[in-house]
Amino acid sequence: MSVLRQAPLVPAIILGGLTLVAIFADLIAPHDPTLPVQGVGMFAPPFWMEGGSAVTPLGTDFQGRDILSRLIYGARVSLIVGLMGTLVAGAIGTAMGIVSGYVGGWVDQIIMRVTDAWLALPALVFAIFLAAMFGPSMWNIIVILGAVYWTRYARVIRGEVLTLREREFVKLAEIAGASKLRVIKKHILPNVMNTATVLASLTVGVVIIAEASLSFLGVGVPPPQPAWGLMLSEARPTLMAGQWWLTVFPGACILLIVLATQLFGDWLRVRLDPQTRNL
Amino acid sequence: MSAVLEVSDLQTHFFTFGGTRVVKAVDHVSFSLAEGETLGLVGESGSGKTTTCLSIVGLLPRAGRIVGGRVLFEGEDLTRKSQRELRRIRGRRIAVILQDPMASLNPLFTIFRQVAEPAFFHQQLRGRTLRDRVQHLLRAVRIPSPEWRMREYPHQMSGGMRQRIVGAIALAGGPRLVIADEPTTNLDVTIQAQYLDLLKDIQRESGVALIFVTHNLGIVAKMCDRVAVMYAGTIVEQAAVRELFNAPRHPYTRALLGAVPKLGSKDPLASIAGQPPNLASLPAGCSFHPRCPEVLPRCASETPREIQDDHGGSARCWLVSDGIARS
Amino acid sequence: MASPVLEVHGLTKHFAVRAGLFGNHATVKAVDGVDFAILPGETLGLIGESGCGKTTTSRLILLQETPTAGTIAFDGRDIGRFDGAELMAYRRAVQVVFQDPFSSLSPRMRVHDIVAEPLEIHTRLDAPAIRRRVAEVLELVGLSPDVGALFPHEFSGGQRQRIAIARALVTETRLIVLDEPVSALDVSVRAQIMNQLEHLQRTLGVSYLFIGHDLATVAHISHRIAVMYLGRIVEMAESEALCARPLHPYTRALFAAALPSHPDDPPAERTIVGEVPSALAMPSGCRFHPRCPLAMPVCSDVEPAVTVRDGGGEVACHLY
Repeated sequence: MSVLRQAPLVPAIILGGLTLVAIFADLIAPHDPTLPVQGVGMFAPPFWMEGGSAVTPLGTDFQGRDILSRLIYGARVSLIVGLMGTLVAGAIGTAMGIVSGYVGGWVDQIIMRVTDAWLALPALVFAIFLAAMFGPSMWNIIVILGAVYWTRYARVIRGEVLTLREREFVKLAEIAGASKLRVIKKHILPNVMNTATVLASLTVGVVIIAEASLSFLGVGVPPPQPAWGLMLSEARPTLMAGQWWLTVFPGACILLIVLATQLFGDWLRVRLDPQTRNL
Repeated sequence: MSAVLEVSDLQTHFFTFGGTRVVKAVDHVSFSLAEGETLGLVGESGSGKTTTCLSIVGLLPRAGRIVGGRVLFEGEDLTRKSQRELRRIRGRRIAVILQDPMASLNPLFTIFRQVAEPAFFHQQLRGRTLRDRVQHLLRAVRIPSPEWRMREYPHQMSGGMRQRIVGAIALAGGPRLVIADEPTTNLDVTIQAQYLDLLKDIQRESGVALIFVTHNLGIVAKMCDRVAVMYAGTIVEQAAVRELFNAPRHPYTRALLGAVPKLGSKDPLASIAGQPPNLASLPAGCSFHPRCPEVLPRCASETPREIQDDHGGSARCWLVSDGIARS
Repeated sequence: MASPVLEVHGLTKHFAVRAGLFGNHATVKAVDGVDFAILPGETLGLIGESGCGKTTTSRLILLQETPTAGTIAFDGRDIGRFDGAELMAYRRAVQVVFQDPFSSLSPRMRVHDIVAEPLEIHTRLDAPAIRRRVAEVLELVGLSPDVGALFPHEFSGGQRQRIAIARALVTETRLIVLDEPVSALDVSVRAQIMNQLEHLQRTLGVSYLFIGHDLATVAHISHRIAVMYLGRIVEMAESEALCARPLHPYTRALFAAALPSHPDDPPAERTIVGEVPSALAMPSGCRFHPRCPLAMPVCSDVEPAVTVRDGGGEVACHLY
């Protein structure tokens, strides 16, 4: 139990580090990620292997571009799309959940049926379809991911709002004559933020993987902007040919960021739950 | 009459935050109870009355531990017993009735099954004898038509009836001591009156000793022979019920008695300033001193000792020890 | 004789419920023809056990439910005919304090904002004026204005009730419905709050509808008491008169069931038997007759009319 009370060192370091890397990519990355590196050939292995060079420490890809630089710039895409996509999904989902739960009646029914229909569609396929339809660009992807993943928020938030609605302080506001809008703004929203935040931190990983999947399938953020999923996709032909560094490094990055967000989300959940917090 | 229960210098502490925070929930509590006697354990939230009872029967939550003192039940020290031994005693020789009957009753089992359980396990009754015993118990708690009531489930009964069934379960093992922790708090006033009358009748017939935990002095006046008033984990005053109401010695007892509205009187209520203390950060000296209307300078630094008197009562207050006790 | 702040005539609320799995529609007559009036500066106590209708009555007054029949009149005017603005004025003048201090304050709002909310809803005061009023009312309930910056969880139960009372007073309220306001508090704190409420009534002239289940508490603070049973008022009288001579057998049973204040108080006669019947199976005639020790044949046929009680007030029983 005491372990959970400590600051989540490991995930915080990972996430913090990746954020810094993404922000300062221009300063950190040794090479331009979109251009082949002069003097080093294609498929150069990492520097500790034979044929590798310290100029491109983690090797080069099929175009001779530096893997390390591409990983660094790729962090940007994963973080931005991951976080922004989660934000959009969270905003839409929370809003729907609140309206559905608080207003009730046929509004609730309609929103819930829409949610059901949405959930019936396989998320990724739907995302691919939308991406293909609207064309890939960073912002399109963000909005698409938000539009695909909001339903998980809506359901949970609605449940929470249903309970909140019956709490006395909400009833008191209603008795005092507060408008529905006021009650939502001042009483309902602040009290669902905890749940929404925890939910967000737990689903950031899903969105990141979704982005990676889209990139992998070629409908994500368009080249030449590097993205980890795209790197995996480009490396597919070489998977069995022995150039392991083309897949392992991007894969490890994806693993790392998702793991970090999951651990962080878990810590946050325990931290924000008033019952376990006051032990 | 020998003492059924003798609690000596009981200390129970709660260890939280990995042992860094210690809360002295029960701090040097001593009292005794004879056969057929009813002791009222009076206090507000945080006084330690429930923790005392849980300590007696060994049902403390994981964070709690008895760190000192003895609990002699019919001569045996319960603090030295293993959980297995305590399980044999609980339900058979000591019974506990809690505040919320729905929490004590299993919604999935029939009334018969739940009332029969103690007799089944502890007294090995079976078949016809068991059924008769259950009906006898249900009749003893005045449940009408027990033969078909016992086939019903808890949710089919009213709150008052459920609490009486909990009472029947408590009595099923033939206990010598019953600990009732605020059993009437959730009951309607008239139902409460019926229930308390029932408890009194049962006690008179069976001679069982009863600890009645409550914050309600009216219940104490109606039910109890002796009273122990608890505050912040200690007993601040102990006396026979009449003496407590006629001549309370501790300022807290006096304040409590003054704070209760009397039917038909519009006299202003004596209120006590402040609120019950947080056990994690108790004041120095006497824990009541910040709220005490009769506080002396030494109360802020020295914790008063328990002074016994010659009729089994006691008080923990410098006013009493210094011989300036007023009646 | 001042005119009543609130007057209730024939107030009735029936709920249609579905009894059983396959829905035999039944009616729960939660409140069935209730009449009372509350004068300015007065406390009317409403006492009864579960199922008596006191909670539903308060919900009707607070506009959480609409009556099936009957009227609620505020300053002599039927609120059923109020338009939007008049209803807002009603809400401004009639507030409530609930039983549970731990769930009646919004956990993520500061105390200042909690108390200021009715002002923000009903008035156009600017921020400094609101701050002044909030400070004023916090002092009235015995709290320092500095507590405005804190959150509810930093306060004890008694202090939270004070905050709830402050909020109920902030808009120059005329009537506060107090729904078991001290039942969830420790004994030592109850007296503080009760005294505070009485002091506030003397100072501000606000009226109270005090709902409770403990006779001694209700009798202490109320000028008049109404005893409810299964949706009707069975007896209503001045507090002292009722305590001196309770007439209705149910009122007498409540008094008998009340706990003594001293061990030497004579034990009460055990007058009442059984439990409150389900509201779905209302007894015929006088609703209390199955449990009444003085029931007569007429009691099971005819519902007793309300008559004037000697000693003032009214009672509904065939004995009188």
